[in-house]
This record gives sequence, C-alpha cells and structure tokens, in this order.
Amino acid sequence: MVIKYFSWIKEHIGKSEEQFELPKHINNVNELINYLNEIDEKYKLIFEKKEIIKIAVNKTYSSFDTNVSNSDEIAFFPPVTGG
Amino acid sequence: MKKNSPLIKIKIQNEDFDVSAETKILHQKNTGAIVNFVGVVRGYDEKNNQLINSMTLEHYPGMTESEIEKIVVDCYKRWELTAVTVIHRVGNLKPSDQIVFVGVSSKHRQNAFDGCNFIMDWLKTKAPFWKVEENNKNKNWVSFNDSDNQALKKWAK
Repeated sequence: MVIKYFSWIKEHIGKSEEQFELPKHINNVNELINYLNEIDEKYKLIFEKKEIIKIAVNKTYSSFDTNVSNSDEIAFFPPVTGG
Repeated sequence: MKKNSPLIKIKIQNEDFDVSAETKILHQKNTGAIVNFVGVVRGYDEKNNQLINSMTLEHYPGMTESEIEKIVVDCYKRWELTAVTVIHRVGNLKPSDQIVFVGVSSKHRQNAFDGCNFIMDWLKTKAPFWKVEENNKNKNWVSFNDSDNQALKKWAK
C-alpha cells in the first residue's frame, strides 16, 4: 500500500509518501488510521481531529468506512485551497 | 467527448497562460457567449495583515485532473456548453501572477455565466490543490474558507 500526504500533513509526517505492508486484519480507512496511530505519535497528532482530514482511495474522494487493500493508494490531506 | 479535445481542455501547469488565445479556442460552432474567469495572486494576506512575497501551489497529480474532468463533463451537459477550458497553475507564483483560468462558452449568456461560476465554486472546494503563502519571516498554509463551501451549496440540483 502507498500512503500519500499533502500540504501541512506532509510537512508534519516528514515525507510525501510511504509504503506499508497492510496487516490482514485491516479492512477500511478507519482501521488503517487506528493502526497508524499505534505505530507512531506523529500520526496521532494528525488524526486526533480526523473530521477535518480528507481522504482519497485510488485518487477518488472516499470516507472513513471505505474498504482498503494492500494494492491501494491512500491519500490524506487537509481541506483544499486552490482556485 | 475526450479531455483535451477542442471542446474540453484541462491543464495543470507551471507556465503562465494567454487569456486571449484561450478565449479563441472557446469560440466554437454554435457559440453565442463566452465567459472567462481569471484568478490572480493577491500581494496581501488579509487574514494575517501582512504582505506576501510569493505563493506556492501544490496538487495531487492524477486525482486533480480526473476530479476536474468529472465535474467539467457534468457541467458541459447541465448547461449545454459548447466548450470548456480549465487551466490551473502550480509551483511558485508572485503577486499579480495569474493562477487559474476557467473559460466557458455556450449558445446563450446565462448558461455560460452559470457554468463558469459553478466550476470556480467547485474548484475552490473540491479540486486537490493547496496554497502556501511566503513572506520574509515565515510561510503559512492557506486555510480553508467556509464561505466557499456555502457558495457551492447554491448549485445543488
């Protein structure tokens, strides 16, 4: 699995993307976030206000209950500010 | 209908764009009205009351283009447009640089106004771009403005 980060989330995590081997018991975005929170404090700081975080699975807007698998590309980013 | 056909053009690029040249492309058979919007970098951060030296735009390659394409195709049908162009710049920009071009043509003016307005409201709230403003002392990620969300709601079908 590839996880991508953008904007201030990328700066906080310290990288724009990372590769993970997804444990078999993780089936959706919410479970993935819980898993990341257990790995490192830096994720906890990002996801403690997860209601403001936007999610894309395979470059399509998704939600916390969207299913994920090891072949997916997940992105976490703040609300957009283009235009 | 394909992206980058004469009827729909979507570009994410570092380079500047030529409004006059883009307007000519929008002038298709059956076109009776063309509406363009050009967004420009402001030299002043009103929220933090300070001058801006530059602004850097980043985006999510691949998702940006596909999300814009979805909404443009939808808009094309909804307002019976004759052509649409969306150009969004990324990278480092200076005050007064052009950021975004949305050009829409249709048979009649109201559909062109509405189509252009809708695409801009949508871009501000859904297209995965992020701005960071830089001055001499620091850099600030631009925060989301909820009034943009409210602006999009008026288009609910």
